[in-house]
Amino acid sequence: MTLQHYLVISAILFTLGIFAVLTRRNAISILMGIELILNSCNLNFAAFSRFMTPPEDISGQIIAIFGIVLAAAEAAVFLAIILAIYREFGSIRPDEVDTLKG
Amino acid sequence: MEFTLKNFIFYGFALMTVASALLVVTVRNIVHAAFSLMVTLFGVAGLYVFLQADFLAATQVIVYVGGILVLILFGVMMTSGRLEMRVHIERGQLLLGGIVSLALLTLLLTVIANTPAWKNLTDDGTELAPTTERIGELILNGPFLLPFEVVSVLLLVALIGAALISRKEVRE
Repeated sequence: MTLQHYLVISAILFTLGIFAVLTRRNAISILMGIELILNSCNLNFAAFSRFMTPPEDISGQIIAIFGIVLAAAEAAVFLAIILAIYREFGSIRPDEVDTLKG
Repeated sequence: MEFTLKNFIFYGFALMTVASALLVVTVRNIVHAAFSLMVTLFGVAGLYVFLQADFLAATQVIVYVGGILVLILFGVMMTSGRLEMRVHIERGQLLLGGIVSLALLTLLLTVIANTPAWKNLTDDGTELAPTTERIGELILNGPFLLPFEVVSVLLLVALIGAALISRKEVRE
């Protein structure tokens, strides 16, 4: 296995996440896309930590752990907002939530 | 590259991750997408194991599969009627999104293939000691103490904020 194997997997995950965010018309599907993007980031951190630094330096893994924590906080707030929007509008399609639109 | 059992398992995990991620973004039924996401998260945890990041792999399974995925499923159940289980996609958006994503993927792959510093870095196969103890040292008794405290406060804020936003409003 080389570093590039991991980077290619991570690039594919990132692109699929972007694709989901761009095309899906459902807030929860968009959240899944964001999770894919965050996963690809964390994978990159761990891979660079393994290949580009001396073996006893594991700072990259710790950054990835912080990334997981941030993803958890983000998901909780995201779903709370989705619930509030659903209660207000009866739908979670992002293009129907346009109260601020002039 | 010789064809060993280790390589075979690595490619298995890689294929599992990529294929299920593809399902996450293409399947129309949102519950099926959530379960594909579970397979993707397990695949990434397997890749962490190949990177000798045992603690990270365990955290990935516990927090993502045990926490975030359950949260997503609850979100699906509480917001989708029977009609909204299918994700609506518009064709023009699909085309544009596909073009943008493909261009991005091409760019990323070109960069990955051509950056000299990233070439020929093979895994030397050295087995690291379990990382849990060192991670604990670095977080609680080292340079990551401040970020750790900041993140714990952030988690508390997110928890309170989520509870506040999603509660039913009481009107007098």
